[in-house]
Amino acid sequence: MSASPAVEGWFTTGSEPALLGSRCTTCATVYFPPIPPDRAGFCRNPACDGEEFETTELSRRGTVWSYTDAQYQPPAPYVPRTDSYEPFALAAVELAEGIIVLGQVADGYGVKDLRVGAEVELVVEPLDPDLLIWRWKPVTELGGEADQ
Amino acid sequence: MSASDVAVLGVGMHPWGKWGRPFTEYGVVAARAALADAGIDWESVDLVVGGETVRNGYAGYVAGATFAQALGWNGARVATSYAACATGAQALDTARARILAGLSEVALVVGADTTPKGFLAPNAGERWDDPDWLRFRLLGMTNPAYFALYARRRMDLYGATPEDFAAVKVKNARHGLANPNARYRKEVSVGDVLSSAVVSDPLHLLDICATSDGAAAVVVSSVEYARKLGLDRPVRVNAVSTVTPTFPNTVMDMPNISTDSTAVLGGAVPERTFKESIAHAAYEEAGISPEDVSVAEVYDLSTALELDWMEDLGLCKRGEAESLLRAGETTIGGRIPVNPSGGLACFGEAVPAQALAQVCELTWQLRGRATGRQVEGATVGITANQGLFGHGSSVILSV
Repeated sequence: MSASPAVEGWFTTGSEPALLGSRCTTCATVYFPPIPPDRAGFCRNPACDGEEFETTELSRRGTVWSYTDAQYQPPAPYVPRTDSYEPFALAAVELAEGIIVLGQVADGYGVKDLRVGAEVELVVEPLDPDLLIWRWKPVTELGGEADQ
Repeated sequence: MSASDVAVLGVGMHPWGKWGRPFTEYGVVAARAALADAGIDWESVDLVVGGETVRNGYAGYVAGATFAQALGWNGARVATSYAACATGAQALDTARARILAGLSEVALVVGADTTPKGFLAPNAGERWDDPDWLRFRLLGMTNPAYFALYARRRMDLYGATPEDFAAVKVKNARHGLANPNARYRKEVSVGDVLSSAVVSDPLHLLDICATSDGAAAVVVSSVEYARKLGLDRPVRVNAVSTVTPTFPNTVMDMPNISTDSTAVLGGAVPERTFKESIAHAAYEEAGISPEDVSVAEVYDLSTALELDWMEDLGLCKRGEAESLLRAGETTIGGRIPVNPSGGLACFGEAVPAQALAQVCELTWQLRGRATGRQVEGATVGITANQGLFGHGSSVILSV
């Protein structure tokens, strides 16, 4: 398997993948996307002048803040996955760290599988043959109603 | 009415459309219309402030000077503002500040744009550290997709329906029918909206505003100067709010792919969202409350967004905008008419001109001269918009 994360350092892969955030070592505010290691970082909390950050894995599960889909092919630099365009869903997900992170919804799921407040889990799937991307997958509770 | 008011002497617009002409032409037409409306000659203007357009080369970056040269160099001071969708309001604020400081007497504020066809997309090139590029490359997250996130929240949290969103379009289409500056002047039915293609669920094509060419201009002066011209009761600008968000910004704003973390507040959310704070600062500056407002012009980039704005402006409680809409209270003739101009639904968006177009409309409304769309007895109006990267504005005018 030669595919690698679309952006190095933004998320882990493997059986329990997670987004990688930056946590301010002064006030503990968490940021995603993470602050690139080769850049100067400045904490954006106005009451904090922290400039040092440590990498932290964000919660793998969260609740849906909202969701939609792209029924028309987005313009470049979006790269379509197939010749005939296939719509995909998008979700904004609130994590325990008090941060909302956008992502595409896992393959095979659409807006009908989502609602505001529903639980979702982070998965990593191919964005294209070379790149991996994080996606949000609806969590199906045993006996729950939410599956395709 | 306070010592920090400035007077609106004149307003003017170039009709919105897809004319394909240089933006300077529209700007000059709007500027001349505003000067004529003010009864002021160009030579009397001692400050020109332009709203920058980022899609028209160098002339657009220095829009203030571009308009000044096109009108004929007259030695006036010049400034150019850029604040995304709030550009026009920020330009107006610059003019107001110099007038209130006694540094300028009469200012001309102009915004104009020529827009490309189709979707607004990022500039070409690979930029893996630019959120506006990454949201397309990694997620395929278009502008309408953000509008759809807000719309879906209204449905899941407050019971809004696609029919409600369509009803906003129906109302605004009717409002704009007699507006000579509107691009779309045609009745639209709920069925028309619902049978148009879904772009980003739950929003249909007719729920989403187009991009347009157009221009708007405003001539402002001190209240004293207006009095010398014989204007005893001019429309006044009471407030211009262009506040930035307060950390942590907890709403998923375009073009970001995440929000700030609330960890610093122990998970609590700030007292006001960014959009609420834009309005709050305007009310505070004008010394009035939402109950005092007779008419509002808000940024309906999507139909559902108009409903969000009504709540952000405090015109009703959170989750109650649909009730007002259904009861006809936001239609002309209702308790608090919203977008009597027809809004972006009838205009489409011409970014640097749009916030000034809102000011033009409220000026006509407050003068009682909004032919065919007049809100009877309007005395106080408020505008609102939000742009990218922490820009937004709200202007309060009264007579």
